[in-house]
Amino acid sequence: MALSLDDVTRVAELARLAIDEPEARAALAQLTGVFQLIAQMQAVDTRGVEPMSHALDVVQRLREDKVTEGDQHTLFQAIAPHVEADLYLVPKVIE
Amino acid sequence: MHNATITSLAAGLAARRFSSVELTRHLLSRIKALNPKYNCFITLDEEASRKQAEAADRLRAAGRGQPLTGIPVAQKDIFCARGWRTTCGSKMLSNFVSPYDAFVVERLNAAGAVNLGKTNMDEFAMGSSNETSFFGPVRNPWDVNTVPGGSSGGSAAAVAARLAPAAIGTDTGGSIRQPAALAGICGLKPTYGVVSRYGMVAFASSLDQGGPMARSAEDLALMMNIMAGFDARDSTSLEREAEDYARHLRHPLRGLRIGLPKEFFAEGAAPGVVKAVESAVAQFRNLGCEAVEVSLPNMKLSVPVYYVLAPAEASSNLARYDGVRYGYRAPEYADLADLYRKTRSQGFGAEVKRRILIGTYVLSHGYYDAYYIQAQKVRRLIAGDFAEAFKRCDLIMGPTSPTTAFRLGEKAGDPVQMYLSDIYTIAVNLAGLPGLSIPCGFDEKGLPVGLQIIGNYFAEARMLNAAHQYQQATDWHLRAPPGIEID
Repeated sequence: MALSLDDVTRVAELARLAIDEPEARAALAQLTGVFQLIAQMQAVDTRGVEPMSHALDVVQRLREDKVTEGDQHTLFQAIAPHVEADLYLVPKVIE
Repeated sequence: MHNATITSLAAGLAARRFSSVELTRHLLSRIKALNPKYNCFITLDEEASRKQAEAADRLRAAGRGQPLTGIPVAQKDIFCARGWRTTCGSKMLSNFVSPYDAFVVERLNAAGAVNLGKTNMDEFAMGSSNETSFFGPVRNPWDVNTVPGGSSGGSAAAVAARLAPAAIGTDTGGSIRQPAALAGICGLKPTYGVVSRYGMVAFASSLDQGGPMARSAEDLALMMNIMAGFDARDSTSLEREAEDYARHLRHPLRGLRIGLPKEFFAEGAAPGVVKAVESAVAQFRNLGCEAVEVSLPNMKLSVPVYYVLAPAEASSNLARYDGVRYGYRAPEYADLADLYRKTRSQGFGAEVKRRILIGTYVLSHGYYDAYYIQAQKVRRLIAGDFAEAFKRCDLIMGPTSPTTAFRLGEKAGDPVQMYLSDIYTIAVNLAGLPGLSIPCGFDEKGLPVGLQIIGNYFAEARMLNAAHQYQQATDWHLRAPPGIEID
């Protein structure tokens, strides 16, 4: 599956990364190399093989539905770039 | 003092030959003198370290000293430490002062260890040479024109240069083991789930594991006794009975079966590396072990599988860096989308952006099955190879890295070349198995060679036993880089 410049710009937008044309071309060249490496894996016959996301046969642990965390917003917002009235400030989105 | 192991320092502290304050001060003055040469520390805080050392001395005076009490430990800058700048080697977090402690840091603090400082690393743990850090590359104390390995390069270099008796690192594709090999020290990646990832900045959540780096197998065992343990705040943390990782150290090795995968000894590894590893295997035979040939037929697929899975998970984990709640925020932006794009493009380095692009692509609509699901299936084949091999042996051994330390800049231009440095380590993370690297000799250039020991799930104590017995019969782990005086 050969990558195109369009693929790079589309994916950059999905990942919220700004990328100008020279950067996109450089990325395309390097990513093409990486995808050639990945092609080796794609060629493997995996019919009948289950995907593995975890080494051991474990299930997601559940806990009691009880509140255990306290309000620490003062601590956490102390390091935020832009805060006012306990709110994180960002550019207005609604017209 | 700076050449001593944790075990010997703990004895010195207990016997009051020196205090933790003196030890910490001595190491900090070495760091001030040598850090400009190696660039292994990003952040130091002498006052904070001294306060912890004073508290540790008080604990010992009150008779409440434990093995790690008063021992200075360097922390890879990926572990959140409350009140300390925690940068992950990135501009994105260069101003982030953590409001909380990682589980591992909590444990070290509770044991009375001293945070010596935050060590340099490849940005967001993505790299095998510590050349992608926003704070500049780390230089290998064995030859400053070479890399220390990565991503835990700062931790490895600090321990090798005798700036710290021990450090903590993380390993996602080899990032503890490979720098340990290139810097001539010992490093352990535990079984996945044994060390809590709470407070360890996430790279690839199904692969990341924190672990100890030090100058002896015994020291690694002492560190593991502090670092391992169940933590409800990490959903992948395993509930198991506590174990003493030092309990098997002194057992003789007679009858231990060592598997040598033929794929680890086929072409690809430098002759100097192969020679040192083969000598190590011969030494294990002298200690009473039997060597058997095994095979890991899918091993070479581990690099492409990893470079689908790890970037995919990273693209998801790094989506949180948006300039809103913490970290870097672009100074100028037109609207919200622009805030995100500019913050991320300015805050992340080239390798991180490259991996985010790969990860986003392989998870995107139309490609998920062909790449991500396929990679998870091949992952099962790779794990299956190890399961087969462990039917015929107790431990697997081979080189940790195909080469010794390479020159700065040598592989930085070609990502695929850099990725192939992890060929022997990656499969271990994919399978979730424990892996250890210990020094086993030098190549013709005088650069350290690492021997990798891979165990079955939860076999860390057995692996450390083998390493400890080897270290009683050899002295590779005691060698220091040229120019580093050992008292």
